[in-house]
Amino acid sequence: MRILLNNIPEEFPEENLSVTEMLLKKKFTFKMRIVKINGALIKKERYDSTIISDGDEVQMLYLMSGG
Amino acid sequence: MILIRVLCLLEDLLLSTSKKNFSIFMLYAKTMGLRDIKAHLLKFKVGIAGAGGLGSNCAVALARSGIGTLVICDFDIVELPNLNRQYYFSGQAGKLKVQALKENISGIDREINVITFPEKLNERNIPEIFKGCHAIVEALDSAEMKEMLIETVQTKLPGVPVIAGSGLAGWGRNNDLRCRKIDETLFICGDELSEDSPETPVMAPRVGIVACMQANIVVELLMNKK
Repeated sequence: MRILLNNIPEEFPEENLSVTEMLLKKKFTFKMRIVKINGALIKKERYDSTIISDGDEVQMLYLMSGG
Repeated sequence: MILIRVLCLLEDLLLSTSKKNFSIFMLYAKTMGLRDIKAHLLKFKVGIAGAGGLGSNCAVALARSGIGTLVICDFDIVELPNLNRQYYFSGQAGKLKVQALKENISGIDREINVITFPEKLNERNIPEIFKGCHAIVEALDSAEMKEMLIETVQTKLPGVPVIAGSGLAGWGRNNDLRCRKIDETLFICGDELSEDSPETPVMAPRVGIVACMQANIVVELLMNKK
C-alpha cells in the first residue's frame, strides 16, 4: 500500500496495517501522541482495531512535556 | 503624498494576487492599518489552556494584538522559580496565575476582557470553559495533559482550531522550531522532540518563541475570518 505519512509518500509491502503495527514498523516510540487518519482523530484504545490502507492520509504528532 | 499611497496599495494588490492562498479578506487586511486590525480582532474570543511559560507569554502577545476576549484556565499559583520564563513579577508570588495574568494584561490594555478559570482542566469541563472560543491555545505542561486537551477539543468542540506546543525545552536550535499544520483544526508549534528535563529545562527564549508562534497562528486564523 501507498500512504501519505505526515505529508510524505511512503510505501509498505503489506496491504494494510493497524495503527499499532504502523507505530512499531516506523519505530515511533514516544508514548504521548496524536494520530489522525484522513482527518479523523484515532484514540489510543482504537490503535489495534483501526486499519490503515492504501491511499490513506496519516498524521502523527508527538507531545513532549514542557510548557 | 496621495499618489505614493495609491501606488503602494497597487503594489500590495499585485503582490497579494500573485500568492497562492489569496483571499479577498487578505487583500482587505493588507489595506488595514493597525487601528483597523485591532478593531477586527476585538470581536474574537480565544481560549488559553494553561498559564505557564507558553500560556502567559502567548496571552500577552494576543492581548497586545487586540484579541477582545481571552479565556484563561490554570489552577496553579505563581512561584519564584517560574520567573525564568513566565510573564509574572516577583511581587505576584503566591497569587493565582490566572489572577496575576489578568492584572498584567489589564496593565497593558484595559480594553481586553480576561475571563479566568482557576481550575484543573479535564474532559468534562473543557467543552464548558472554552464554549464559544474561536481558537484554543494548548499551553499545558505535561504530555498527558496536552494529549487529553487536544483529543477533547477535537472530539467535543469539533471545528475549533487547537494550536498546540510540543518540544521547546533547552536553548539554541532556533531553526528546529517550526509550525506544522496538520489540518484546518490542528496546528503544532515546536520541534516535537525536546522534552523538559533537569539537563534541558524550559527557558525563556525557546518557550517564548513557541508561545509567540502560537499567538501568530491565532492572529493569522482570525485575520482570515470575517
